[in-house]
Amino acid sequence: MNEGLKLNVERRDGLAVIYTDGYINNQGGEEIAEAAYGLLDEGFGTLLLNLAGTKIVNSIGISILIEIIEKMIEVEGRLSFCHLTPTIEKTFHIMGLAQYASIFPDEQAAVTELQAGAS
Amino acid sequence: MSELGVLEETHLTFRLAPEMELEVRACACEMAKSIRMSTDKVEEVGMAVVEACINAIEHSRAADGQLHLGLAVLGSAGADEPQGLRITIQDQGVGFDCSKLVPPRIEDNLKAIRKRGWGLKIIEGLMDEVNVLSGEGGTSVVMLKAL
Ligand SMILES: Nc1ncnc2c1ncn2[C@@H]1O[C@H](COP(=O)(O)OP(=O)(O)O)[C@@H](O)[C@H]1O
Ligand SMILES: [Mg+2]
Repeated sequence: MNEGLKLNVERRDGLAVIYTDGYINNQGGEEIAEAAYGLLDEGFGTLLLNLAGTKIVNSIGISILIEIIEKMIEVEGRLSFCHLTPTIEKTFHIMGLAQYASIFPDEQAAVTELQAGAS
Repeated sequence: MSELGVLEETHLTFRLAPEMELEVRACACEMAKSIRMSTDKVEEVGMAVVEACINAIEHSRAADGQLHLGLAVLGSAGADEPQGLRITIQDQGVGFDCSKLVPPRIEDNLKAIRKRGWGLKIIEGLMDEVNVLSGEGGTSVVMLKAL
């Protein structure tokens, strides 16, 4: 039924953006983690997850995002989010995740702040 | 909201299977839209339904492999205006002891090996009233969302 999550990655100056398209369940979360850890290995310590193409997430998928956040804290990197649906944003607040990962309304706002912070 | 009457009620049965939560979600969201619930609230209902379903898929071990969805449009007796939606998600699995659940905390969760345990907290945060009834006969999650 679900085609699986599709990912796209863009490497920018000082940060990498991961674009998701589809449902973030356990498989989707694993795919994001794989992409994130690959980018970390390439030297990107600042990652932005653009969820514009994701309308549905579940708590199993989010638990994998928490693993990524833990990893980023460990390596003194940073994971941020942009373009969350109001429900996904509310869920992140319910969980207290917003304390450990910044949430930006859109990519422009995120990139401006993250590039300033990275340099 | 619990004092409201039922204006209309639907029951559906689904087979527990990976990603069936999306089908159940679609049914609940359609009903929520049909009573003109706001888009944001419809999405919140959808997320809560997904969480209740994946719990039945992951944890219920229901021998009959089924999930029952109940959708009740609520309103005050004598008036036709809907005022809310009551969603019941039920399985006839092994059940669990709700009193033993420890609410997750992100500080602990970040350091823990198992980063799970968020589903019920998310459901409670997104819905207006939640009742979880669980025991040997299975689990029933009753959730209310006001319009
Ligand atoms: N339908 C169910 N049948 C049996 N046990 C359940 C059910 N729903 C929830 N549980 C129990 O409650 C716990 C907490 O559920 P939840 O908050 O969704 O977190 P998670 O599913 O990540 O463990 C589960 O680990 C499970 O032990
Ligand atoms: Mg769960």
